[in-house]
Amino acid sequence: MLNPSIIPAASLFLPVSDELTAAVNHIEQATHWQDKYRQIMLLGKLLPPLAAEYKLADAQVKGCESQAWLYHHVLNGQHFYLADSDARIVKGLIALLLIAYQGKTTAQIHQFDVQQYFDRLGLSGQLSSSRTNGLTALAQAIIAYTQDIST
Amino acid sequence: MKPASSSPSAVLFDHQALRDQFPALKQTIGEHPLCYLDTAATSQKPQAVIDAMTEYYQLNNANVHRGAHQLSARATQQYEAVRQQVAEFIHAQRQDEIIFTHGTTESINMLAYGLTSQLKLNDVILIDTAAHHANIVPWQELAKRTGAVIKPIPLTIDAQLDMAAFERLLSCKPKVVALCHVSNALGTVNPVNELVAKAKAVGAITLVDGAQAIAHLAVDVQQIDCDFYVFSGHKMYGPTGVGILYGRYSQLDQLTPMLTGGEMIKSVSFEHTEFGALPNRLEAGTPAIAEVIGLGAAITFLQLLPREQLQAHEHNLIHYLQQQLHQLGAIELYGISKDKNAINIGIVAFNLKGEHHQDVGILLDQQAVAIRCGHHCAMPLMHSLNLGGCCRASIGIYTNKQDVDQFIHALNAVKELLL
Repeated sequence: MLNPSIIPAASLFLPVSDELTAAVNHIEQATHWQDKYRQIMLLGKLLPPLAAEYKLADAQVKGCESQAWLYHHVLNGQHFYLADSDARIVKGLIALLLIAYQGKTTAQIHQFDVQQYFDRLGLSGQLSSSRTNGLTALAQAIIAYTQDIST
Repeated sequence: MKPASSSPSAVLFDHQALRDQFPALKQTIGEHPLCYLDTAATSQKPQAVIDAMTEYYQLNNANVHRGAHQLSARATQQYEAVRQQVAEFIHAQRQDEIIFTHGTTESINMLAYGLTSQLKLNDVILIDTAAHHANIVPWQELAKRTGAVIKPIPLTIDAQLDMAAFERLLSCKPKVVALCHVSNALGTVNPVNELVAKAKAVGAITLVDGAQAIAHLAVDVQQIDCDFYVFSGHKMYGPTGVGILYGRYSQLDQLTPMLTGGEMIKSVSFEHTEFGALPNRLEAGTPAIAEVIGLGAAITFLQLLPREQLQAHEHNLIHYLQQQLHQLGAIELYGISKDKNAINIGIVAFNLKGEHHQDVGILLDQQAVAIRCGHHCAMPLMHSLNLGGCCRASIGIYTNKQDVDQFIHALNAVKELLL
């Protein structure tokens, strides 16, 4: 369970842009690995970068070969996340997670079948605990943040 | 595949026939043939090793050293024959200097634990900066138990062990000097004979981690003259779960057993237990019998091959790999010595300039190219190189020019996608 000492201002936790949400279709439709991963990296570029001051060890998700940071904020029962990675593909994969989870309620997050989502995108291999990309750890951290909220 | 034609004694050998003995290499992943360049992590296994282990389970499965029956006698005979084989393979003086462990990591842990009573407050342990974590952490634990102090042996700017600094460190009369033979992250080779001689001159106990050397170099522990030499079966075409702790008898005999229990005792009563003699004293419990037999098959397999030619073959491939990476451009290579005659063993460490090693790894994986990306269990080394991590392509006797070409082709596609 992440417990960052500093949490970025609430105003930084934003819904994902329509552009990002729309881009998921491009990934699903890409048949060749080059297209798929080019799209994933584009998604990563569309995700706002985390300011250097927030790239802190206590917000780092373990289990990633690259560095990945994750912050959480609840607003009116909806969960919002801020995340970044120093690896471009991992950042794109994080964007895919945020497209699925951003602004959702605890119940929605718990009901969401992330494996099926990645299968549909043709990326099932990436969501595996035997991978070092940390995607599984990130998905678990996203869910773990919701379990911390008792109210 | 061209063998080492430059060697005057070269006899043509059929490299494809050798490669064909490794069933795992025949597969395709997606539309690409598997390009396995992760041999430094673990080597693939030849059919002979797989068969030896299967045969043991099908015909000879019994516990060693105890049953009064034929199967146990057969298993014990096979198991002990491998001890003799390993002793000969690394030129140990006697077979009871060979301890079967579960791998290099366990071997070093057993050694570091076993030396506990021999170290005291402020004794110095020198560790190679290029060491694998397995050759660092057990020494840190030993230091915690005894109050000993760890000092790293620094590297030169071209990532080779700094001999001048090493000599200066020897003036503090280290009790233990822990070296690696070949760096697992860079493939750089230490002049172990010279290093050990210097360490011994000041009375240090010497360990050489041979995990990355044993499959590539002819190892002679008497020539190296180290007190301890360790390696794993799975990096030398044998199974996982078996490794070797070689120790000079007089040194090995002083180690306190890390594991106690069955097999290692002479007599047990509730008042007093007397430990048995080497090698059993350091092999408590039922060993990995099938794996030991598999290791024996791997050694036999290697001994039947023209090893000098294979060494030349590997050198040529590493050279070709480095050359092709240079030609590709935008590549940073690590662990390249200023000495033009120095050859890296089995490994090429690199990064695509400005790109994260993990991105490169993920995209190579899409093309069935298996390499390792990360810190390679050598964080202090990465730190000294000022690297967050790197990519490592590593080869074995079965690797051929097509593997290198497929890798370069795939890396070029990665480069086009990323740049």
